[in-house]
Amino acid sequence: MALKIEEDFDDQLSGEPGKTDASTSRWFKRMKKGINTSTSEKKEAPDGLWTKCPQCKYTCTTLDLKENLYVCPKCEYHHRIGSTDYFEILFDDKQYTEFFAGVKSIDYLGFNDLKPYKKRLEEAYYKTGLHDSLTAALGKVNGFELMVCCMDFNFIGGSLGSVMGEKIARAADYCREHKVPLMIISKSGGARMMESAFSLMQLPKTLGKLTLLAEAGVPYISLCTDPTYGGTTASFAMVGDINIGEPGAMIGFAGPRVIRETIKKDLPDGFQSSEFVMNHGFLDLIINRKQLKEKISTLLLLFKH
Amino acid sequence: MPELANRQFLEFEKPVKELYDQIEQLKATSEKNKLDLSDSIKELEDRIVAKKRDITEHLSAWQKVQLSRHPDRPYTLAYINRMCTNFVELHGDRNFKDDKAIVGGFAQLDGETVMIMGQQKGINTKMRQLRNFGMANPEGYRKALRLMKLAEKFNKPVITLVDTPGAFPGIEAEERGQGEAIARNIYEMMQLKVPIICVIIGEGASGGALGIGVGDRVFMMENTWYTVISPESCSSILWRSWDMKEKAADELKLTPDHMLKFRLVDGVIPEPLGGAHWDYNEAAAILKKHLIPVVQQLKKIDPRKRVEERIEKFSRMGFWEENAVNQ
Ligand SMILES: [Zn+2]
Repeated sequence: MALKIEEDFDDQLSGEPGKTDASTSRWFKRMKKGINTSTSEKKEAPDGLWTKCPQCKYTCTTLDLKENLYVCPKCEYHHRIGSTDYFEILFDDKQYTEFFAGVKSIDYLGFNDLKPYKKRLEEAYYKTGLHDSLTAALGKVNGFELMVCCMDFNFIGGSLGSVMGEKIARAADYCREHKVPLMIISKSGGARMMESAFSLMQLPKTLGKLTLLAEAGVPYISLCTDPTYGGTTASFAMVGDINIGEPGAMIGFAGPRVIRETIKKDLPDGFQSSEFVMNHGFLDLIINRKQLKEKISTLLLLFKH
Repeated sequence: MPELANRQFLEFEKPVKELYDQIEQLKATSEKNKLDLSDSIKELEDRIVAKKRDITEHLSAWQKVQLSRHPDRPYTLAYINRMCTNFVELHGDRNFKDDKAIVGGFAQLDGETVMIMGQQKGINTKMRQLRNFGMANPEGYRKALRLMKLAEKFNKPVITLVDTPGAFPGIEAEERGQGEAIARNIYEMMQLKVPIICVIIGEGASGGALGIGVGDRVFMMENTWYTVISPESCSSILWRSWDMKEKAADELKLTPDHMLKFRLVDGVIPEPLGGAHWDYNEAAAILKKHLIPVVQQLKKIDPRKRVEERIEKFSRMGFWEENAVNQ
């Protein structure tokens, strides 16, 4: 499994197509086929597409998969999903308010590798319909108010740049001021290289704000999904009051390829999986997506009463 | 510091080596034939100064990266030993082991006790392995944090010297929580009640550097770099080739002048002509002269305010535009 993941890991980090989230890849295929429907129509339209589980090869309709919260009905494999999916899973009646949507990336450095950063951003906007790799939203989870900052892996690999840092900083400020618990759902290959040292400085920036949140006694929950790497792991993802993993998610500091090239040895089975990270003491629990809402609301209840 | 005969020269330093070689030849001739060649030697020495200046003034970003990794470059202990008195090295994270890639302890700087620490690279093949090339494992970061907490308890300023190609990417490092260790250090450094001054003295590579790099003041020495990824790795990921490292170094804008202009660091500290590797004593003296007044200045600030300003400083970092959105 590691091999497969690291291929599209590098792809996504460099802003290339790679594997996309289960929910958007479906949309993407429809676009290619010329089925160009609006978002709301798309959701209601019967979806004849089939999805094959990469783990057990079980095939079911994409609609069935969606109804099962993109968890394989046979082997519980958790497909990658996007921020909208998480918001709909977590928030009561799928109702929530997006925050800080106006904060947008700019190419301050004029970074140019095989493609100008500016062009990568434009492609990512077009491909995902998102504002950036992180969306912040406020809503209620079984009645408990919660601010959720959620990453999208198909927006330049969920990379940590200035906008993600700023949105988390503002979310932490909001939560401190309004005494609302904060949850960050990480799904990121690491730092956004095209923002160079500015992306690195989002680590101290976000952590500084989280220390203030802690001082104010407001709970902070970190959910690590597949994948959580690099700058996200070395900052907010690992310092939750509660650290949670999704089953089978890959979580680590250095990517598997880098480690293998450095130590020139094969990596053990299950290395850097949620289960591995929990066994080594860095996650409080692993929660199946189908129980996520219930468990989070239980935690919020325990913090509150 | 290596003797001249044992010095190593980078490609762009070769013209300097040739001049040194010529001086050696003249000296030999002068001795052998009992000739006074001091005027010619003096002229060559002047040319060495001019050449070093010329090289220094025209360094590319990649050449600065190369200088930061110069095999003769002074490392953390070379600075500590020259800047401080009564250095007592303290070992271990009181949990797992003593990571030799990070050194630290109490010392006196200008008669005042400080906690000083940094990544330490090895000075020969054997030591390079022992020091793991300056790549710390989680216990190295946890040792650093233990020492910082010790400094906080006794109200002593913290000075960190950063010089690492990155935190070590290994199986055990992951098992022991490399990411958590770095995150925890940054988190705790944000709230540390004593002044923290950080200096990039060589390589400032990503999270591995930041793990001891959060300060009220962060400085870079002249021939160093600091960013989120090494130019080589950046080249391999974004260009799918190891050959674009020079271009990557340019694009990353990782040199001290850029970092200062971006206000991601607070100052640049000059090095001896040609680079710190030419004169350890002078390099340490320059650094010491810069550090002393900064320690004094930071000590005058109320601890609460100091922490607030530290958080505020890092909160300003980043670039974005803001569009009006209906929310
Ligand atoms: Zn399956």
